[in-house]
Amino acid sequence: MSSQKKRKLPQTSADSVEAEVFSLSASPAALAAAAKKIRRHIVTMTGKAGSGHPGGSLSAVEIVTTLYFKMMRHKPHDPRWPDRDRFILSKGHAAPLLYATLAECGYLPVSELCTLRQMDSLLQGHTDCNLTPGVEMSAGALGQGLSFALGVALAGRLNKQDYRVHVLLGDGECDEGQVWEAAMASAHFKADNLVAIVDNNGQQIDGWNRDVMNLEPFPDKWQAFGWQVIEVDGHNFSHLTQAFKKAKQIKGQPTVIIAHTVKGKGVSFMENNPDFHGAAPNAIEVDLAMKELE
Amino acid sequence: MKPEVSLRETYGKTLLELGMENQDIVVLDADLSRSTMTHFFAKKLPERFFECGVAEQNMISIAAGLAASGKIPFASTFAVFATGRCFDQIRMSIAQPQLNVKIVATHGGITVGEDGSSHQSVEDLALICSLPGFNVIVPADAIETAQAVEAAVTTHGPFYIRLCRPKSQLVYNEDYRFQLGKAVTLKKGKDATIIAIGLMVKEALEAAQNLQGEGIDCRVLNMPTLKPLDQAAIIKAAETGAIVTAEEHLEHGGLGSMVARVVVQNQPVPMEMVSLKDSYAKSGKPAELLVRYGLTARHIEKAVKAAIKRK
Repeated sequence: MSSQKKRKLPQTSADSVEAEVFSLSASPAALAAAAKKIRRHIVTMTGKAGSGHPGGSLSAVEIVTTLYFKMMRHKPHDPRWPDRDRFILSKGHAAPLLYATLAECGYLPVSELCTLRQMDSLLQGHTDCNLTPGVEMSAGALGQGLSFALGVALAGRLNKQDYRVHVLLGDGECDEGQVWEAAMASAHFKADNLVAIVDNNGQQIDGWNRDVMNLEPFPDKWQAFGWQVIEVDGHNFSHLTQAFKKAKQIKGQPTVIIAHTVKGKGVSFMENNPDFHGAAPNAIEVDLAMKELE
Repeated sequence: MKPEVSLRETYGKTLLELGMENQDIVVLDADLSRSTMTHFFAKKLPERFFECGVAEQNMISIAAGLAASGKIPFASTFAVFATGRCFDQIRMSIAQPQLNVKIVATHGGITVGEDGSSHQSVEDLALICSLPGFNVIVPADAIETAQAVEAAVTTHGPFYIRLCRPKSQLVYNEDYRFQLGKAVTLKKGKDATIIAIGLMVKEALEAAQNLQGEGIDCRVLNMPTLKPLDQAAIIKAAETGAIVTAEEHLEHGGLGSMVARVVVQNQPVPMEMVSLKDSYAKSGKPAELLVRYGLTARHIEKAVKAAIKRK
């Protein structure tokens, strides 16, 4: 298959790996530029696919951009590098966001993004770790990512590796009981190399969280489960960066960053609009959105 | 008569031995380590043992994360919780990415006994065998158990091993060599073939012996690996003209269904299935339950005669 050839990533030799660790020096302006590109990709790829989840992808752009372009140690040309910091997408429906970010980092060609959700694409509707370089976990069934991330964190500790594990949850996802099983266990195992980020955009498929299933008092719940809780503006790079730095300092306790975000952020008619949770923009809407994202 | 040996205890001790040799082996349990016998490992190698509490779904996904990071996790609890309780976690966290997680479930079948139907796992094989790429083993005795656990360590990929609660009479000698995906001919015969798993293997042997006295010459196969299934052995069994399966599981989706699928696609012959049919069992002593729910040598003998009559 020709597309598979295109997907093949260059191999790196073990000797030259240090030089290829992704740049950690992105300036605020560079982060903003990357975020804008990623937003444009999300809109165009879901528009082209005719389906997908733009709302919850757009809300977490700054979170994921901060991780991949500033905080995480990783090598796009060596996705399985054992010492890489991990990013695990638990809210698997935000796959367009992860794919766009991975493409902008160089894990896959940007041209691949337009194949989203098509037959034989590397980019499945929800993440598939068998297919996409850089995807750590297959997701889409909500509630499993925090447990998985805890397993990765525990393995790192056993192996005496100093990688950090980040896992992005949706706020609606926190309805799942397994999230709280994992929350309890992460504190019990004192997993201080684990950071959960909740994309707290306030909405889920059937409406506002508070109407569907009230999560509040949300920060108190995490605290009661034994976590360091940090609340930030999830669209503010410097807040996010500070939060990730603070998470690194604490010993013996996992950290949750509750990132207050806006669903559909960056496209006026998608913002706080539950219609764009699981529906793609049509051609006219794509054009309108792209004008806003110029 | 051969001695009765606990499969669970054998599992626990084998796991510890293997864990002493292989640093990558880690073990998880969900507040049942003294029943699943992972406590042997926990005591000696506490840094590689993760007690997950009564939270099986979390345990399975943690195991997946450990496997994705190069570990060889063994996750244990009762079969009923290990499968039904966390089917989606097994499906998405283990089967879909084909991770190297080993689920060893104890208390399979109705011989759990007095605890009753909530604890008697009778659907687990149907559930777990439905998952692409899973290796599924139901050992017949302690000797086979030890070797199945070893095979799970040396073979990459997801495994489910189902063990029974009671001690069970040995079927094999020490020189037995388990082969993943291969049936074992325990007795040759030409009139019919009995294919059995787990505790039903010794019942099958007893039935064959009794039938021999009546002039019916039965072949007996142990089918320790349900997935990948030894299709060649099943097709060959059809040459005897009649097949009877025996298992401590519901009829739907169990050994009988799996064998029937191979038989009808290759060499249709009359079949009878000795199983729990379509019902849950109740509290009782294991031996009483096996009689009540039709899972003894006698029932197998009757099924063989019925199958032969339909030749």
